[in-house]
Amino acid sequence: MSVLAVLARRELSLAWARGGGALLAVGFFVAAAVMLPLALGPAPERLAAVSGGVTWVVLSLASLLSLDRMFERDFEDGALDLLALGPLPLEIVAAVKCLAQWTVSGAPLAIAAPVVAVGLGAPVASAAMILAAAGLGGLAFAFLGGTGAALALASRRGGLLIAVVVLPLLTPPVIFGGAAIANFTGGLPWGAALSLLAAYALACVALTPFAMAGACRNAQS
Amino acid sequence: MTLEALSAGKYAAYIWPAYAVSLLGFAWMIIDTLARARRWKRKADRLEGEGEP
Amino acid sequence: MFSALANPARFMAFSRWAAPILGVIAAGLIGAGLWLGLNAPPDYQQGETVKIMFIHVPAAWVAMLAYACLGGASFVSLVFRHARADAAAKAAAPLGAAFTGVALVTGSLWGRPMWGAWWVWGDARLVSVLVLFLLFLGYMALRASIDDEAKGARAAEILALVGLINLPIIKYSVEWWNTLHQGESIMRAGGPALDPVYLMPLLLAGAGYSAAFGALWLERIRAEVWRRRATSLALRVALA
Repeated sequence: MSVLAVLARRELSLAWARGGGALLAVGFFVAAAVMLPLALGPAPERLAAVSGGVTWVVLSLASLLSLDRMFERDFEDGALDLLALGPLPLEIVAAVKCLAQWTVSGAPLAIAAPVVAVGLGAPVASAAMILAAAGLGGLAFAFLGGTGAALALASRRGGLLIAVVVLPLLTPPVIFGGAAIANFTGGLPWGAALSLLAAYALACVALTPFAMAGACRNAQS
Repeated sequence: MTLEALSAGKYAAYIWPAYAVSLLGFAWMIIDTLARARRWKRKADRLEGEGEP
Repeated sequence: MFSALANPARFMAFSRWAAPILGVIAAGLIGAGLWLGLNAPPDYQQGETVKIMFIHVPAAWVAMLAYACLGGASFVSLVFRHARADAAAKAAAPLGAAFTGVALVTGSLWGRPMWGAWWVWGDARLVSVLVLFLLFLGYMALRASIDDEAKGARAAEILALVGLINLPIIKYSVEWWNTLHQGESIMRAGGPALDPVYLMPLLLAGAGYSAAFGALWLERIRAEVWRRRATSLALRVALA
């Protein structure tokens, strides 16, 4: 257990230091959301109609931002080789890395999400719902994004490649999360959408570490 | 029969481009695949001849 | 059959005949399907545009089939470390992308007279085909961006499997999303209630498209086998 704790602490501090950590992701999120009224015009009813969906899309993009250094740094300085030889299986290491990524960038984004959505005109009552959806969705984004980051290790071009590889896989969580928010604000039953989102996020947590570990071993060989 | 079949009515402007695009797609796949197979077969055969003696 | 294909010499001997024969079968089936389709009476709802269905729906089917083949070959390659399975996965991707591209363009040309718009998000099928297109693009982009061929192959296999597991969920989620935003879904062409006068040509064309995919796939795998032989021979010559 203590090995796990050491690893978790290391990954958290690395994730925090990586590219400005939470600040960068939240900064991008807010800045991109600010562009929306500037592009669409200030009419409140129009903004309110799209506020939930736009928040959700920009959130998924923001969570892809800081992915490219997730495995690359450890890969370049050889720490990944040490981790592969260490007492913990690489699958667990990958999962801890993704959880650290979620803690540092996903959770702050989830906290910022209701603020941004309400700022765009979503009803204040939906804030808790948006927070829950963004937190769960962020888990799926972090684990799928981590898969893309691990796969891109063997290549020499990180960022854009990760986005191209990962974005089509984000279709289900984007749909489930967007539907949960839209149904809640529309006064429709939202439980199904939120539980589908939760199920998808948990499936990502359970399954993608195997893909990440495989991709890391492949890049190391 | 044939001429009747080819009369697509007022939607001809959509139907024939759709057929043309499908034809182009197939043409590209066939040409690209055959050209690739030919090029690499020739190259492999040539190198095999070089390596033999 | 599988073990026969695993042997390289036997695969080449088999595919040498199988590819052209499948190609001829494909031409015959597609020709027959389109002949019947073009001579079918106009649909009472869709009018003459039903003629687009015979080339659009099979392309979408084969696009799905191509991804299934890509994922299956990747699985075999990953588990059994088989070189030709990897060649098969690599060969399926551009064909699948081409079929999805054809399905998207013909779907759009079908949608314009039917819905009055080039693209309608209300059609779940078309949206899933679009996501499938992006999946193929992602696969090819990952594969092309890795210089080391063995590493690129392995990374692409992992991505293909992740995509394969995701594909049914994506399809389900898009359909679910579609029913959620009701009122926007406009038509369900190709549904089970299709008149035999349209179903027969559609099935013929679908079988023909599948055979064409099979023929092109085999020929592309052959090309990949020769390419690998040529590169390894070139390496040997250079080292000698």
